[in-house]
Amino acid sequence: MSELKRRNPRLEWIARNRLHPEHASVLATLGQGQASEWQGPNGLRRKNPHAIGFMGPNGIKRIDRSGAQQGSARQAGGAAQVQESRRAVVIESPAFYIAVVPDMTGGRLSSHDKDLLGLARQLADAKEDVPGAVLAILPAEHREQQLGDAGIDRVIILPEAPAGQFGPDHQLPLLESVERTFGPRHWLVPDSALGGGDLGRRLAMRLQERPATGVWRIEPDDSAPLGWGCTARGAADSLDIQRPLPRVVLALAECAEPVDQSRHAAEALTLEGTPSAFATRINDQGAVAVDPASIALAEAEFILSGGNGVKDWEGFHQAAKALGATEGASRVAVDDGFMARDRQVGASGTWVTARVYLAVGISGAIQHLQGIQSCDKVIAINMDAGCDMIKRADLAVIGDSTQILAALVAKVQQQGGARDAA
Amino acid sequence: MQPDKALDIAVLVSLGRHPLTGRPRRADHDARGVELALGVESQYANAQLELVHAGACNTESETALRSYPGMAGLPSMTLLEQEEGADVIPVLGDYLAQREPQLVLTGCRAERGEGSGLLPYALAERLGWPVVNNLAVIERIENGVATVLQALPRGQRKRLQVRLPALMSVDSAAPAPRQSAFGPARRAQFDSQALASEPDAELAQWSLSAARKRPKRLKIVKAASARERFKAAAAKAEGGSGQVLDGVSADQGADAILKLLNEEGVLR
Repeated sequence: MSELKRRNPRLEWIARNRLHPEHASVLATLGQGQASEWQGPNGLRRKNPHAIGFMGPNGIKRIDRSGAQQGSARQAGGAAQVQESRRAVVIESPAFYIAVVPDMTGGRLSSHDKDLLGLARQLADAKEDVPGAVLAILPAEHREQQLGDAGIDRVIILPEAPAGQFGPDHQLPLLESVERTFGPRHWLVPDSALGGGDLGRRLAMRLQERPATGVWRIEPDDSAPLGWGCTARGAADSLDIQRPLPRVVLALAECAEPVDQSRHAAEALTLEGTPSAFATRINDQGAVAVDPASIALAEAEFILSGGNGVKDWEGFHQAAKALGATEGASRVAVDDGFMARDRQVGASGTWVTARVYLAVGISGAIQHLQGIQSCDKVIAINMDAGCDMIKRADLAVIGDSTQILAALVAKVQQQGGARDAA
Repeated sequence: MQPDKALDIAVLVSLGRHPLTGRPRRADHDARGVELALGVESQYANAQLELVHAGACNTESETALRSYPGMAGLPSMTLLEQEEGADVIPVLGDYLAQREPQLVLTGCRAERGEGSGLLPYALAERLGWPVVNNLAVIERIENGVATVLQALPRGQRKRLQVRLPALMSVDSAAPAPRQSAFGPARRAQFDSQALASEPDAELAQWSLSAARKRPKRLKIVKAASARERFKAAAAKAEGGSGQVLDGVSADQGADAILKLLNEEGVLR
């Protein structure tokens, strides 16, 4: 079907003319619902309060009189309008660059990266007559779609590291070449355990700069050489250090608000004169298989958690083994003696940070839901379609957990077998 | 294997600070470094362990520093005496360049002073050695190549082969340190050298204060109109945007779960 909207001027005219005998039916066909206002026979304005408003969360009807809502009509493309409310910003000829090297965990900008880009925007946009550009340096395998929305003006994609080369050994010469080509005013790196903390310190030493680490706030300071001062954490988080902002900054999470008002160009730049690989003294032999049961519950990436609804615990343990998941449990399962106390997830157990949390037979007591607050994706398998865990879950399957887990294990083993054979 | 050549290991230790009382203690990460080094020493006959501390030593800090040799009854510990507020990197760099140990272990971050975690990187840059952070396990050392496991977030490990000499920094992923015994700690000798200290001029200019609690980030509703603000206030907290599969067979349910697990890439 064509994307073009066909207008019917006659119907539109009837929809505008409240005295027309077909007014109500035309409004209905145009999808604007019942007429909520019309002129009565004596010239009085008549309103139908039943035709307007929307149902609130508690089942109470809410009427919004700001004028934005007409009848019960839905606004087409509401999400698109929110997107368009961002101000488009294009910086043609930047006076200086602020270089940012985000972590890009899992190929996407993490919330820490977005905070850091917000900090970079503060530095770049401080003076309107001398606009700076935020230059993001990303790995080759990134999957982020909305770079401009995060506040990035220019992007450099680094080439992929050859197999066996230690990550920082690959990145450092490339970052040095960015330094030579663009001479950024500041280098911002997340002070995280995901690689940023390590890379930033190596970069600072290579550039012969003394970096500020653990920075959590910056403020303008005219007495400082670069015009900014910062507050940084020191001495195992027991000190606040006030100091001038140096060129290389390693910042903590929540150091600034992420960008949410503007959309930037995210224009791709190429890095010329890519340095050739040099002899390295560290050989990377890749990740080592780790027994998932030995990983602490608080830092496990993938948790299979069982509750009162699990009847076949033998099958549950087998499933955890087949999926390579760390085992967790609800309080009931622990109290009943099916799982050890250190496996309990929730308010009185462990607060977990898994990326994927697979809850089997857990109804979702509020204490348990608190414990899984920071999980990204929650999958629930449950018999009861009305329980709280289903409301929290991104994917919920209603059914017998024993059968579903058995089917899942069979499929995973089949997939693993196919991969090994390939 | 070069049996005649000694495998010298130096562990750089610092003065820790108890997080609650603020009293001097052995620094946790440095003690883990000593523990790792003791493991290597017991494994290789030609290994020799040396503890090095650069900084001020007074009556207050002495007991805390003695707890490092007390961990395994080491007879002595090298003390490079420096004044308070001195930059220890030049002194340590010169000392290591002169001693030429094969492996240098250190904690990843000091518990006093700036605590920036830069020391291993600065020393490595000065000496031209490779540096490995977050060391978890030293598997073996053969023919001047150490095979080690590096700790990654989420309990993952990466295997690296490092040509020695190298610097490695240790954090909480390494094995927990053993207790320190009081008697051997008392009997340990300080092999002290008073060296000219270079004051850290930059650090002296900064203002240090006890850490304030960081402000909690507020959830800000950015709405252009009253309607949007009203919607935000009246909206349900639970999104309920999840997909619910009701009345499907176990096979179809498992398929949907497997698809999501593959998308997230958690299956190995």
